[in-house]
Amino acid sequence: MNLRILVWRELSERPSAMLTSTLAILLGVTALVAIRHVTVFSEREVGQQLQSLGANVLVLPKDATLQDYYSADLTSQTLPESHVASILLANLPGVERLSPKLCVSAKIADRPVTLTGILPQSEFQAKAAWQSVSLFSNKHEGCTKAACGPKTYDAAPESLASERTIDQLKGNEAVIGADVAEFSKLQPGKSVTILGESLQILAVLPRTGTVDDSRVFAHLHTVQRMTNAGEVVNAIEVMGCCEDAAGSLVPRLAELLPDSKVVTISQVVSTQVGINRLMSQMSLFVVGVLVVVGGASVASTIASNVRERRREVGTLMALGATPGLVTRMFLLKASILGLVGGIGGCSLGLVSAKLLGSHWAGVTVAPLPELLLMALAAALAITTLAAYFPARSAARLDPCRCFSEV
Amino acid sequence: MFQLQGITKIYRKRRQEVIAFRVDQLDISAGEYVAVVGPSGSGKTTLLSLLGGMLSPDAGQLLFEGQSLYDLSLKDRTRLRREQIGFVFQTFNLVPYLTALDNVQVPLYLNGIKPIEQRTRAASLLEQVGLGDRLDHKPCELSTGQQQRVALARTLANNPRLILADEPTGNLDPESREVVLSMFDAFVRDGRTIVMVTHDHSAAVRAARKVLLRDGQIIGDTNDAISRSHCA
Repeated sequence: MNLRILVWRELSERPSAMLTSTLAILLGVTALVAIRHVTVFSEREVGQQLQSLGANVLVLPKDATLQDYYSADLTSQTLPESHVASILLANLPGVERLSPKLCVSAKIADRPVTLTGILPQSEFQAKAAWQSVSLFSNKHEGCTKAACGPKTYDAAPESLASERTIDQLKGNEAVIGADVAEFSKLQPGKSVTILGESLQILAVLPRTGTVDDSRVFAHLHTVQRMTNAGEVVNAIEVMGCCEDAAGSLVPRLAELLPDSKVVTISQVVSTQVGINRLMSQMSLFVVGVLVVVGGASVASTIASNVRERRREVGTLMALGATPGLVTRMFLLKASILGLVGGIGGCSLGLVSAKLLGSHWAGVTVAPLPELLLMALAAALAITTLAAYFPARSAARLDPCRCFSEV
Repeated sequence: MFQLQGITKIYRKRRQEVIAFRVDQLDISAGEYVAVVGPSGSGKTTLLSLLGGMLSPDAGQLLFEGQSLYDLSLKDRTRLRREQIGFVFQTFNLVPYLTALDNVQVPLYLNGIKPIEQRTRAASLLEQVGLGDRLDHKPCELSTGQQQRVALARTLANNPRLILADEPTGNLDPESREVVLSMFDAFVRDGRTIVMVTHDHSAAVRAARKVLLRDGQIIGDTNDAISRSHCA
């Protein structure tokens, strides 16, 4: 016999008596865990997007969305490639690079991939020489990045994933994403056949965790020829020197290309950032509800339990139980409720987060151990604190109750 | 063992005062078998609570082994109850969700006995009261007589010097009553003390000393030659 057995036997005798309180805690923790998980992964997703396209502007077909761009689902919507020349000729301030792309669906070894035609930067040099235009010469005044020195772009083909542009790419060459390399067992130097044409693999991109992992990048004109698409692109990425420049480019590009949609990543993600902030605040609200409702339920249940067990407590005290032991008895019971509710809530919350995250927020949720531990600790703390005063009142019961008749 | 000097206990409720117990002098020696008799409301349970260190008097002094019981801290009084006093209750007061074995282990646990030794001693005590085959039965699965025997085993768990019994035979059949009273006889023969509150005449006659209470005062005590007639 020990305190743990004493408490456990009592709980096992009438588990349904504690059901309401445990359920309140469980539901509160479920909501907290689910909302926080989805919020955290949604924020990370936004952060990744910001990181990869922070100061960039996207020129898209009028009816396309950023989501279409990220899911490489632009095959039916195009822009004339001449828009690239228009942007070059306009020599807008703060533009550092252009990256026009044409995406089409294809297959390698019966696995779907996105064949992305991309114009290497060397082509712009050729265009600039032909047009007698000084390439990207209009610097942004007051550039926030200027103090850090001029930006340098890595010329290595593997940097396409991070830089969003490639310096050199021949018509018969390709750069493949990490997933493509993995399932097709391809590496630099080998060749890949796609849409009936053989391309030499120049480089394999590092894994990014984005749709780029399943892309095959080839020369834009090669892809146009392979698909008979004509001189069109799906998107033109305009790299700005800083976010201020990107912001000011939007109206100028919109004016320059009235048949296109011009967006910055920060505009698009601001809605998502707002939603994430709301969800974050919602999780604080849930914590409040958990404290009030769950705590009140536990306090009420333990108080009721103390009243029911007055004679028993009096008897224990007559047998030599100290007030401290009586307090610990009820606090331990409350802690067990908190533990059960917390573990159940964390498990259910995690399952909910996985389902809600993929269906509603489009993010893949993985368990966050620190968050789960915090939720469990919160459940334990709330139940123990809520039971404190009823437990103390039990300790102050008159032991003479053991002599009272039924 | 006990010396009650000028003890008064008053209950106050809704501005009314009731003198529950009052005595100028009452001594109980070690090894005595005392039956406290009297009608309902005469102060029997109050006396038992006072002796058990659970109810501090409003006036007077209660000495236990020469030491003022109510000058001890709550912790010391609790320890005293745990180590030296055993209680027997009218309604047995077994913990309903614990088995017979668990119930007898409770005072052993409270006294800091190790779990293995708890189990051994508890099983042995239940064997002594004839319940060796009912160790894992809960109170609701035992007869009234069996429950009282479990309660007795629990009382004896820590080998107390003193038993305070509140109507120990009140709910029992004659056979079970005899078991309890025989155990009390054996307890006293070992040189230990029993103070038993009872309405049961057949139980009261087993005690060597009878104290008669009425309206919170002792009106008879077989130790007192003058009032012996009241207890006859």
